[in-house]
Amino acid sequence: MHPIASMALKRLGLGLLTLLVVSIIIFSAVEMLPGDLAQEILGQSATPETVAAFRKELGLDKPPVERYFDWLGGAVQGDFGKSLASKREISDLMSTRLGNTLFLASFAAILAVPISIVLGLLAALYRNTWFDRMINVLTLSSISFPEFFVAYILILMLAVGYPFGLIWVLGLIGIWFLMEGIGSFRDGRKIGKTFPVVPAIFALIGAAFIANVFIGYWKPQLAGVTAFPSISNISPGTSFGERLERSFLPALTLTLVVTAHMMRMTRAAIINLLASPYIEMARLKGMSPMRVIVTHALPNALAPIINVVAINLAYLITGVVVVEVVFVYPGVGQLMVDSVTKRDVTVVQACCLIFAATYILLNLLADILAIATNPRLLHPK
Amino acid sequence: MTDTTNEPTTIIHRSANAHEAQEIDDIVAMADPTAASADAAAPRVEQESRWKTLSRAFRTAPLTAWFGMITIAIYIIVALFAPLFAPFGEREIIGAQFEEPNATYMLGTDNLGRDMLSRLIYAARNTVGIALLTTFISFMLGGFLGMLAATFGGWVDQILSRIIDVLMSIPSLIFALLALTVANTWIGRMDNPSPWLYTAALIVIMAVLDSTRVFRLTRAVAMNIVVMDYVEAARLRGEGLWYIIRREILPNASAPLIAEFGLRFCFVFLTISALSFLGLGVQPPTADWGSMVRDNATLISFGVAVPLYPAGAIALLTVAVNFVVDWMLHRSSGLKD
Repeated sequence: MHPIASMALKRLGLGLLTLLVVSIIIFSAVEMLPGDLAQEILGQSATPETVAAFRKELGLDKPPVERYFDWLGGAVQGDFGKSLASKREISDLMSTRLGNTLFLASFAAILAVPISIVLGLLAALYRNTWFDRMINVLTLSSISFPEFFVAYILILMLAVGYPFGLIWVLGLIGIWFLMEGIGSFRDGRKIGKTFPVVPAIFALIGAAFIANVFIGYWKPQLAGVTAFPSISNISPGTSFGERLERSFLPALTLTLVVTAHMMRMTRAAIINLLASPYIEMARLKGMSPMRVIVTHALPNALAPIINVVAINLAYLITGVVVVEVVFVYPGVGQLMVDSVTKRDVTVVQACCLIFAATYILLNLLADILAIATNPRLLHPK
Repeated sequence: MTDTTNEPTTIIHRSANAHEAQEIDDIVAMADPTAASADAAAPRVEQESRWKTLSRAFRTAPLTAWFGMITIAIYIIVALFAPLFAPFGEREIIGAQFEEPNATYMLGTDNLGRDMLSRLIYAARNTVGIALLTTFISFMLGGFLGMLAATFGGWVDQILSRIIDVLMSIPSLIFALLALTVANTWIGRMDNPSPWLYTAALIVIMAVLDSTRVFRLTRAVAMNIVVMDYVEAARLRGEGLWYIIRREILPNASAPLIAEFGLRFCFVFLTISALSFLGLGVQPPTADWGSMVRDNATLISFGVAVPLYPAGAIALLTVAVNFVVDWMLHRSSGLKD
């Protein structure tokens, strides 16, 4: 058997085992609740006879192990039982929301992955220059920001609009960009002779920011995009274009939150390789730095990069909860938070299982892809 | 932790003279398991040179690290002397709802008519205190178990590691939500539960969930140390497990653990704030940054930036801690690129 196939199968088996154990943990959370589930659903006024009948109907009279397998069997087929609070089938509550959440997460992923890999490559290419330093400070900061902070800043900037104090922050950022751009024009050596476009771009961005501040100060309506809604009102009938527009702010928030980490790891993975002899060789042959990185370093750095991308996609799962609440986005995260507030434990259980399963599967995918893209394993001796 | 084979080249490259090279070597040794055991009486001279390294490190610290240290110091002072700085009480209702900032209420009032500035100041105490306590418990638990697993090895290690693997395979915010539902239902069933019980549940749940990450790192660091000769020597001397952990492993694992403490603190702090923001963390009327954002969130739709103040307070502290940790890690990783 090919070594890749056997390793991948081993990981797959391990992942499924983890999933099973996790489902046991999630199931036993309900078992740990005080009191009786049937009593809870029917309320305090129910007679003991109805409670007993209902217990039988729910299968609560069976031993826990049997109930666990019933629950797991149902969950695999999409049947999670009934909600305690609304008495509705959980699968009904879940169906459209799951689609919405997946839409939001993939929207964020499509934005975040290319941006962070390109920025990471650039930071590795121009390491120890002002560009790298700035990226370093920016990413360190955005890793540290809580999701709701990023979300509210975006709402202020892009949804409810100007003018407010942050306009001056934009101005400051603009001035800084402009100064860095001009500075690197002056000693072009720092940025490298091959790519003088970069300082130009930054000078332009700086100028744009400053212009934006002045326009924004005089005519608030002109500056700043006010078209994006701060509340994502999405229903099954919403068209794809509207859906994109209404979920743009939540997706942008998620993008900003995950980009930093992916970018830093991409940079680190490439820089780790730059010390190796074959890169030195390629450099001595007179290759351009861009080619050295793209054709020599990148293939070997692919495994760690894919890994970090998948881990961050898994992280989106957690980020989605907070972001959905901020933007009142009708997804699984919001459902889960609502259910925790209402102590609707069966719904929490179902959401938890869905989130955990996605998380584990994405991590599994990361493992398998990392194995499959490892050049040493692809070409065994 | 550190790749010692890479060190000599970087040191020669970086330092102008042999004296400085020696000092940088010292910093590297902070996270290096090959360093001498701490229970060998260290000569006085070495102690002094370490103090010198430290002061030099401070002098050569980058601007971002300085910014971080000064910010953290300000937070600590504000948290310790909150009643001195706050113009009003933490729970005092002093005006109408959502008043505009004026001379008396410098940042306006919140959704119940409490002074925003005072609550921001008191929240420094509550939020940071709760996050610090959680991180401490998580380090005690995870650190102890991690060292235990590394020292014992064998089946103890296997069992602990597998349990941790499973716990880590559920995203911690999601797991925290599930655990909080169960805990809050239990507390809700009690007659007349104290609001502090909810906070205590939050602290314990977050500490246990976070200790899994601490366990991973401590075990990895301690694994490198237990194979050292001085640990072997201590074992042969007949020292007990507790002695080996406390006197041989802990001193040599402290540098990476301190850096990790900063990172874990950030993570715990952000997660607790997120939970509070969702209304499931620190319970009212305790002033807390996460729940303050939630309380005043409606103002955002009027284009008022007030909810950003508590959110910004959270962001600023995590940025500051991250800057300091980044600098420390850069130093202890042998100053390589």
